[in-house]
Amino acid sequence: MPDGAAILRDARLVVGKDLRLEWRSRVTTNQLLPFALLVLILFAFALDPDRRILREASPGLFWLAVLFSTLLAIQRAFSVETADGVADALRLSGLDPAGIFLGKAVGIALHLAVLEIALGAGVTLFYGATPHGPLLLVATCAAATAGLAAAGSLYGVLSAGLRVRDTLLPLLLLPVVAPVLIAATQAFAAAYERTSGAGWRWFGLLAIFALIYLAIGFFAFEPLLEES
Amino acid sequence: MTPAEAGILRPHPDGTGSPGSRIYGVILLVATAGFLGLALAISPSDTGREGMGETVRIMYVHVPVAVACYVAFGVTALASGMYLWKRTAGWDALAAASAEVGVVFTALTLATGSIWGHITWGTWWEWDPRLTSTALMFVLYLGYLALRRAVIDPAARAKRAAVLGLVAFVNVPIVHFSVDWWRSLHQAATISRFNPTIDGLKLLTLMVGMVLGVAVYVWLMIHRFRLQYAEDALEAKGLDIALAERRAEGRADRGDHADHADHADHADHADHADHADLSGGEVLA
Repeated sequence: MPDGAAILRDARLVVGKDLRLEWRSRVTTNQLLPFALLVLILFAFALDPDRRILREASPGLFWLAVLFSTLLAIQRAFSVETADGVADALRLSGLDPAGIFLGKAVGIALHLAVLEIALGAGVTLFYGATPHGPLLLVATCAAATAGLAAAGSLYGVLSAGLRVRDTLLPLLLLPVVAPVLIAATQAFAAAYERTSGAGWRWFGLLAIFALIYLAIGFFAFEPLLEES
Repeated sequence: MTPAEAGILRPHPDGTGSPGSRIYGVILLVATAGFLGLALAISPSDTGREGMGETVRIMYVHVPVAVACYVAFGVTALASGMYLWKRTAGWDALAAASAEVGVVFTALTLATGSIWGHITWGTWWEWDPRLTSTALMFVLYLGYLALRRAVIDPAARAKRAAVLGLVAFVNVPIVHFSVDWWRSLHQAATISRFNPTIDGLKLLTLMVGMVLGVAVYVWLMIHRFRLQYAEDALEAKGLDIALAERRAEGRADRGDHADHADHADHADHADHADHADLSGGEVLA
């Protein structure tokens, strides 16, 4: 039977380590954030900077930008675990695999939350989309981020350490998180159009997705970590 | 290799078939020919106000291959779960073989669905919920096959693939549900779906087709599974073969030009490996 307190303690250790790494390397702030904003600018090139099209499409564009940034964040989160034999050290550390999974997922979620704040500001500024329904927006972000981080951690460790991991991860992860893109986009669209009622149903789907992937990751991390 | 069983189930030493699978294959061929006659000629076209006319005949292929692809991915998930429980190579081989056959059937499902859509809707692709979620499922399992090719260590591959095989199957209903919901919100009246009042001979044809689809899946699986098993066995021998080659090279370099120099080239790897192992022992001693 897994020990809940130990799992939480291990998760806290892993999150602390990842945040310290980020504090020292500044990869998210110096590379991921500018990348995400660049994607927003590129969308404007692709869609003609006619404000109306961009504004109407802004929920979808926002979540597409989040999705692309998620791929990079996961690659970063797991490349630091495979370099220099860190993977072996992690296995030998005696940390609970479920704790490691939770720690990685929370670490990625925190990075994504920062990205989403910046992207939200970007969408408002560049596309002229005025947000409504703050409660639904925040709830959607929380549930979608949890789902992306949980599924991302699972697929990140699945493709970790492979020579082709950079090309394999998008192929594995994107079809899986397609429901997140659909649901989060619809919830955002509902909030923007002030029809939050329909949006909460999508929030429910996001929450279920997050719970399913958190549960899978909880149990699947052990067999994935024990391999050589 | 599989243990030599007596009788009609004994596999051919140089192939994946056995007398039993041959007989099964012949029966399948005859049954398929009979089914085509039934589906294309004997069964009536779909008349009625919302009927599909002659295009209903595509359904006799489309529905069976769709059923077969779900069966295939179900078997992959089941075998993946069994592998994580039992950790035996056979379950891994079964999951791999079934996923590959399933991907073929999914491609056929998409192709036949698209052809039907072209005739009925006038376009090759509509953002129809079923088409869209099937396309996502197709990509999902292409990813599964890509992961299998990407991992070199057999034990690590089996474990990662097993987790993915299970997760992918859990994901299929989530994708299906979300895409369904997504489209139903956007289209007030969806394009008339495959929902005819099906009865009598048409229902019988469809049932025969589904049984036949699963039967074809089983026949393909017999061969694909044996091939997978043989591939795994060859892979396990790979290190022995490489060692034998290096040792043979070593012997050749020392001027001992016996007949070992071109060991492990083709033919029966296992024999060569064992043979070279013994002679290699002398060289090392």
